Amino acid sequence: MNTATELAAHVRSGDQSASVALAEALGSIADSDHDINAFLHLTRDRAEQQALAIDQAVAAGTDPGPLAGVPIAIKDNMCTRGEPTTCSSKILEGWRPPYDATVISRLEAAGAIIVGKTNLDEFAMGSSTENSAFGATRNPHDLSRVPGGSSGGSAAAVAAGYVPLSLGSDTGGSIRQPAALCGVVGVKPTYGAVSRYGLIAFASSLDQIGPFATNVTDAALCYDVIAGHDPLDATSIPIEQASTLATLGDGVAGMRIGIIDELCGEGIDADVIARTHEAADALRAAGATVETVSIPATIYGLAAYYLIAPAEASSNLARFDGVRYGQRVDGVNVAAMNVATRSAGFGDEVKRRIMLGTYALSSGYYDAYYGKAQKVRSLISDEFATAYKSFDLLLSPTSPSTAFKIGAKSDPMALYMCDVCTIPSNLAGHPALSVPFGAGDDGLPIGVQVLAPMLDEAKMFRAAKVLEDAAGGQS
Amino acid sequence: MSELPDGWEMVIGLEVHVELATATKLFCGCANAFGDEPNTNICPTCLGLPGSLPVPNEQAVAYAMKLGRALNCTVSPSIFARKNYFYPDMPKDFQTTQYEEPTNENGFVELPNGTSVGVERAHIEEDTGKSTHLGGGGRIHDATATLVDYNRAGVPLVEVVSRPEMHDAETARSYVAELRDLLLATGVSDARMEEGSMRVDANVSVRPVGSDELRTRCEVKNINSLRSLGRAINYEARRHVDLWTNGDAPRQETRHWDEDGGRTTSGRSKEDADDYRYFACPDLPPLVPTQATIADIDATMPALPAARRSNLADAAGIAIADTTLTVERGLDGLVLEAIAAGADAGVAMKHADQNLSDGQGMLTAEAFAALITMEGEGAVSATQVKTVLAELVANGGDPAAIAGDMGFEAMDTSELDTLLDGLIQSSPDEWARFVEGDPKVQGFFVGQIMKATQGKADGKIVNQLMRQRAQG
Repeated sequence: MNTATELAAHVRSGDQSASVALAEALGSIADSDHDINAFLHLTRDRAEQQALAIDQAVAAGTDPGPLAGVPIAIKDNMCTRGEPTTCSSKILEGWRPPYDATVISRLEAAGAIIVGKTNLDEFAMGSSTENSAFGATRNPHDLSRVPGGSSGGSAAAVAAGYVPLSLGSDTGGSIRQPAALCGVVGVKPTYGAVSRYGLIAFASSLDQIGPFATNVTDAALCYDVIAGHDPLDATSIPIEQASTLATLGDGVAGMRIGIIDELCGEGIDADVIARTHEAADALRAAGATVETVSIPATIYGLAAYYLIAPAEASSNLARFDGVRYGQRVDGVNVAAMNVATRSAGFGDEVKRRIMLGTYALSSGYYDAYYGKAQKVRSLISDEFATAYKSFDLLLSPTSPSTAFKIGAKSDPMALYMCDVCTIPSNLAGHPALSVPFGAGDDGLPIGVQVLAPMLDEAKMFRAAKVLEDAAGGQS
Repeated sequence: MSELPDGWEMVIGLEVHVELATATKLFCGCANAFGDEPNTNICPTCLGLPGSLPVPNEQAVAYAMKLGRALNCTVSPSIFARKNYFYPDMPKDFQTTQYEEPTNENGFVELPNGTSVGVERAHIEEDTGKSTHLGGGGRIHDATATLVDYNRAGVPLVEVVSRPEMHDAETARSYVAELRDLLLATGVSDARMEEGSMRVDANVSVRPVGSDELRTRCEVKNINSLRSLGRAINYEARRHVDLWTNGDAPRQETRHWDEDGGRTTSGRSKEDADDYRYFACPDLPPLVPTQATIADIDATMPALPAARRSNLADAAGIAIADTTLTVERGLDGLVLEAIAAGADAGVAMKHADQNLSDGQGMLTAEAFAALITMEGEGAVSATQVKTVLAELVANGGDPAAIAGDMGFEAMDTSELDTLLDGLIQSSPDEWARFVEGDPKVQGFFVGQIMKATQGKADGKIVNQLMRQRAQG
């Protein structure tokens, strides 16, 4: 399969037809997605029209944009006008949004072709894509294993070679962790760098949309397209970043990079830690200085996250009440209808988090739970800020382990632990990405995480490119 | 003017919801319009569709801050919060409002009688949609179906919360009337109680006079006019006194004012009070007014009723309470200018209160002052002044010219003397009674002279002449 960069170049030059590339993508999905279950829905008509328009534009001498003809898969928690958007929940089954998310408009304006909507843990709550009302997604590297989550469908779609690019959303690691488990690149941008307009909220202060790609260059290309201020999102940062693609090859010579000590010890598998240290060596070899740094508050990140995210979710998910859209289960009065609809429509994990969050915000408990979690959040931000006075970037594992077996983690706490390395970046609002770096003892992919200060995506991508080149050299 | 039995005192706090007169809603670009076809002014954001996000309306924020300054509040950095509860006309099942850090705090409203009522806060929030319950008793609990119009959902509101420091219905009415005048003066709302753009809820409790305790209160809703406000408060307070007197106690609850029945009826009990789980809305950054914003608001603030009353009282040399009507009618500017142009303050005030109930129309301060001077000089009679004033209000112009056109030449005193002489001769009995001090016959003489002069005579001068004759 061509990379997105190659495919866009061929389409723009007229060497390749977008319609043919789309047909190939749809063909490969038809061939094997019944095993993987990455897609919930294909947006075939919309995609074919877009591909035709791209081919006509090229024929007419117009440049369709930097993602011309590139098929892209979208996590099914982003609104696509007239197409199903379910969040992998029964409660939204049958709903078709009357509008497109900002990222969708930006992708299409850049020439990309939306091929379909991918599976996720219901409302993005999970780390394995097993909590979907429409069945689990399987890891393309080993169909008995999970792809990670919650953006497991988008990670698997790229890993399986169906599409060169996809979008996920990352609230506590939901892009980076499945990227690591599926052996692809996954990027969580700075909070506010990519518009959330049209992203169905899980935890509004933590959610960010970002790309999956087979390689760092494609990820940077896609990031440059979707990033930028959006007046429809009040938390969108009102600045324009310079192209990350332009500086991608600038290397890391002279950079100071810190390995986060607290994320390279207990609870992290030895092979994962080993690859992380090898990644540090690769960065050193490319001219960076790499030292260990302690960020003690990161160990409280998980606890703080599991109060803040459910609290926001309990409020964000209140609107699924059967009144205006989606599923409705009748009751004797409105309140009974609300209860019946939500009882039938939400899965167990969603209900668990709504209850957790409702409790954390309750009168008399707010200070002890939500209030204290916010203090931990501030502390983590402060400690990151201190670390970034001495370091340009930070390094850590992405996931504590390689992909685990479907059904292996039935205890919610065991699943929550999957995000221990990724959550701190969401709490701080900083960018981070996962780049494949070697394999585990079981032969499955391992990813390392590169963390950067606010809006320093360019440096983050440079380091990722160095690691990608080094990993490629190894294998 | 408490209508309670001796020994009891009301404690009243008011929560007034004010719809801001912005072109668009608080968090989206939909029209903020009253009376349109149901569900025509809606979009993903004000319908709370999945994935939609709010963006604050700058005009609404500016209006809210302007109102805050007009209420003498401190305008501070503020945070939008979510108030979580389920209701079908609230699209997101939470209301975006302000909780711990409202935009405006700690102000007061100065009433025409010179007292003031504290304002605890005036915060920004979004309105809900409007439900119509079909079947049953017209309430949600027993409805067979509910129709919802979301046109109002997301309309910007400011909720002005008074301190519980009013003790009679008249003060509460005066407070709401003053608040309405402030809203109209600042232009932030059209403040129509009947259309619901100004909605008043009254928190009412009672206590023994002399006590400073706060007893169980009830929140009375569905008050649609100033008149209803007074009636509802008096009814509810009396109900509380009766309960306490009978050894009973009111329940803390929301009560519904029944205008036709003249009573309040029990609504939702607040004993099992909802826990609204307020928290800062993560979709909205804090509102941070700069010094420049506040300075700009203050600089463009029109003169407000309290200051206008005080100015007028100073200029006219009268009590503040006597300026209320003139200021309410917006005639204080006219009177002040007329006084500055040399008009008699008392006469100017008299005309403003008695003869200009429909406003000043085309009447200029210059013409007003000139007319008052003519009146003082006796160039026109009091009756003629009213006619000239009406003409000035309707069409403007020069008072002397109008008086001339209408034939209102002042009567020569000697002409009046002659007429009076004739009358004294033809009605000697009446004149004798007048001389003996019977005031009733005075009107007879004035009337006869008016008749003879076709109203051109100045009644005051006729009176003067009669007194001179009687004494002489």
